[in-house]
Amino acid sequence: MSFIAKPNVSHPGMPKNSLGLSQRDYEGTVSTLCAGCGHDSVTAAIIQAVFELGIEPHMLAKMSGIGCSSKTPAYFVSQAHGFNSVHGRMPSVTTGANAANRDLTYIGVSGDGDSLSIGVGQFVHAIRRNLNMCYVIENNGVYGLTKGQFSASADIGSKPKKGQPNLQEPIDAVSTALSLGATYIARSFSGDKEQLVPLLKGALMHRGFALVDIVSPCVTFNDHEGSTKSYAHTRQFYHNVINMDYIPPREEIKAAYDDGEAMPIEMHDGSTIVLRKIDREYEPTSRAASFKYLRERFNAGEITTGLLYLDESRAEMHELMGNVDTPLTQLPLDELHPGKEELKKLQSRYR
Amino acid sequence: MATVNDVVIKIATVNGTGSASANGLLRKSIFRMGVPVVGKNYFPSNIQGLPTWYEIRVTGNGYQSRSNRVDVMVAMNAQTYAKDLAEVEPGGWLIYDSTWPRSTLLDRDDITVIGIPFSRLCNENFQGARARILMKNIAYVGAVAALLDIDLDVITALLEETFAAKAHLIDSNMQAIRLGYDYASENATCPLPMKVEAMDATADSIIIDGNTAAGLACMYAGATVGAWYPITPSTSLMDSFRDFCAKYRVDPETGKRTYCIIQAEDELAAIGMVLGAAWNGARSFTPTSGPGISLMSEFIGFAYYAEIPTVIFNVQRTGPSTGMPTRTQQCDLLSCAYASHGDTKHVLLFPADPGECFTMALDAFDKAERLQTPVMVMSDLDIGMNDWMIPELEWDENYVPDRGKVLSAEQLEEIEKFHRYLDVDGDGIPYRSLPGVHPKGSYFTRGSGHTKFGAYTEDSDAYQDVIDRLLVKWETARAILPKPAIRYSKFNTAAIISIGSSDGACIEALDRLEQQNVGLNYCRIRAFPFADEVAEFIEQHEVVYVVEQNRDGQLRTLLINDIDADQTKLVSLLHYNGMPINAGFVVESVLKEIAKGRAA
Ligand SMILES: Cc1ncc(C[n+]2csc(CCOP(=O)(O)OP(=O)(O)O)c2C)c(N)n1
Ligand code: SF4
Ligand SMILES: [Mg+2]
Repeated sequence: MSFIAKPNVSHPGMPKNSLGLSQRDYEGTVSTLCAGCGHDSVTAAIIQAVFELGIEPHMLAKMSGIGCSSKTPAYFVSQAHGFNSVHGRMPSVTTGANAANRDLTYIGVSGDGDSLSIGVGQFVHAIRRNLNMCYVIENNGVYGLTKGQFSASADIGSKPKKGQPNLQEPIDAVSTALSLGATYIARSFSGDKEQLVPLLKGALMHRGFALVDIVSPCVTFNDHEGSTKSYAHTRQFYHNVINMDYIPPREEIKAAYDDGEAMPIEMHDGSTIVLRKIDREYEPTSRAASFKYLRERFNAGEITTGLLYLDESRAEMHELMGNVDTPLTQLPLDELHPGKEELKKLQSRYR
Repeated sequence: MATVNDVVIKIATVNGTGSASANGLLRKSIFRMGVPVVGKNYFPSNIQGLPTWYEIRVTGNGYQSRSNRVDVMVAMNAQTYAKDLAEVEPGGWLIYDSTWPRSTLLDRDDITVIGIPFSRLCNENFQGARARILMKNIAYVGAVAALLDIDLDVITALLEETFAAKAHLIDSNMQAIRLGYDYASENATCPLPMKVEAMDATADSIIIDGNTAAGLACMYAGATVGAWYPITPSTSLMDSFRDFCAKYRVDPETGKRTYCIIQAEDELAAIGMVLGAAWNGARSFTPTSGPGISLMSEFIGFAYYAEIPTVIFNVQRTGPSTGMPTRTQQCDLLSCAYASHGDTKHVLLFPADPGECFTMALDAFDKAERLQTPVMVMSDLDIGMNDWMIPELEWDENYVPDRGKVLSAEQLEEIEKFHRYLDVDGDGIPYRSLPGVHPKGSYFTRGSGHTKFGAYTEDSDAYQDVIDRLLVKWETARAILPKPAIRYSKFNTAAIISIGSSDGACIEALDRLEQQNVGLNYCRIRAFPFADEVAEFIEQHEVVYVVEQNRDGQLRTLLINDIDADQTKLVSLLHYNGMPINAGFVVESVLKEIAKGRAA
């Protein structure tokens, strides 16, 4: 049923992906966010990742809640369907959408308020189901769209533009996801496209719940001195513990990983993720060890980034339920019931 | 009073003691004798150890509603003995367990009290505490059988069917039946003057509850995604869907399923899942009750505005708040009709019995997809969880599901540009495209202001254009929804209007009033927005009694609001104590109004 997307307009000289599309074909409408907002950088990284992966635009489903961050799906891949839902409820909509059609690639874009304040319930339950999706949190520590109130990810001691510093414990998306058994957990920074693009690619291709928590500063309400989610603070305490390369299926894997530190992990679609530890101590396949490490670094005030945890072995939602491989939306309705005679027969028990 | 096939038996037990199967056995054996019968549960919001009642109405003339009368009380629960005794109709009978002496204070000389030592009989004949409790319940079936003249062979045949795989249980159950039967036969005058006599009035009928029928319909409708959060009295609807899917929706070779049931973390998530699945083109639904509707409201408004087909079953229970979760009402008409903030209004279907739960569930999927909007099937606890006698359910082999205006890949390929919210056909219903079908079909689904082309807007005219077009769709809905069921009597200045489970009581009341020379016309509304026929019906009458089961006259409010009905004509007759409405209430209320000088 599916169509091969044709390039919109030809862009001579522009690099093409495996579908013959250029990066332009993955763009969206013009962003209306504040100039310098971290979210726009994340949008650019998503465009690049989806383009390079050669995902057919109309086979991508863009899901979001409400917030500045949740507006961004309008700004990438116009030829993909988008669902800008209600505040904090993107995970449930994605769960239902995925239940109905498991063939699409789901990317959800959310904010720290959307996912960790109002929507924390749906966030954690989507993880428990190991919903097959790429879940992006554009994390700025505040509610951008309602003008800068603290969100649940605000750090203790972080100062607002006006008023008292935050005194409550933050909810950390990464350690929350780790404790709930998410199978792909990454943290990054909107200002580090080089790290972000491969992380997003891996997350899009991972089968199961992939979280990419991205520090994405709000220039208007949370980029001042004393904020722990500002560009300056993030650059200063940003700490990459592990490098990651995404190698698509069939592409020859370069010799680079004779290197003792390199760790190739095969993905379900035949692609490979190659991890290279920067910090030798880091163990990205052990929940307990990464939890301990992350907590210690957090206590030391560092922002640990990279692909922090990966488990390719766990079954995702459909596999856990034992569903047919065909998307449920493609099953003809008249084949989904046993017909007239059987209805008559089955009613004998009601007599 | 001597009657045949017109008797109400009420059994008082303690929940969690297995009385449900004994009561089912009793009800089924009467049904198998060809005699119409209905069964109603009155149970606490509790799992074990609290009083519960089952009321069997033997109704030769086929009335479905609760009769507000108890002829034979089987008082098996010492805790409620006094209340149960008081409830028996003068001239009626009370059966109690006479193993232990009964307080003489609790006596009535206008009824016949029959003592049967159920506990002693069972203790003498069965081993183990659990078996003795279970068999005590089966023994009262035997006693009632003797008293009402129920055919023992029919009971035996039923037991043999039930325990086909466990032969030893047939013997012990039969023995318990015999204990009760023989004791009653020897110690009381059997049969009583009110008794059961074989008829031939149940041949093409079944006894089923509305939730089972609705769940079955969802399976037949081809629903593939069901999301829910458990809440009484809607839970058994999903249980039914699950059971039927387990039987008919698993590939025998691979063992894989063609359905996805998701127990959500709450109703906010359940409705979100339904929307996501429907957006992708699946038939999806959620069963819930009042508190769930409250939580779903934000998404219901989203579905209205973004125009996503959504099927919701609201099996209503007594509110407000947690209210009485195991009692019935029709109390969510307003909260469902106008669920969510902003200008929203929603299609409601009102099934009157399990048969309509089946047909309207199917229709709900068709109408939701045709109209691209939420459709709520407004059942209630009485319909959903009680045992109704209805004509056997039938499947129309010519049924073609209405998937509404969905563009195929080929259609999308051909059109120049796809616009999501254009009223191409003038019926207020735009065309839809599904994700993953064609790049040209892509659009951004949003609950924020949008133009008819689907783009974000804060422009007043563009916003209002879409909101006004939704009103055109509303009128289309009015025209295609199920019409009211109307019946005229010979007299016609006054009439009754009702909905859903109030129907049975109204039908019976109309017959009784007719016998007293009060002829009323009758209109049972089956959908909101109201069909033109409803407005015409109201216009034809001077007085219209609006019978419904809530305190505030919610149906009356809807009539005034939706079709501008003349409110001076609409007289509310409201039953809202949590028990199913009965004909006696309707008759008395109408007669009272007439006595006040109101037209008949
Ligand atoms: C039910 C509901 N409550 C409140 C709001 C108002 N609101 C809109 S966006 C938002 C916070 C968004 O914060 P976040 O998710 O962090 O996104 P950001 O704007 O920071 O990217 C709030 C509270 C709403 N839209 N819906
Ligand atoms: S308010 Fe903050 S989060 Fe929102 S667009 Fe502006 S900079 Fe970005
Ligand atoms: Mg934020």
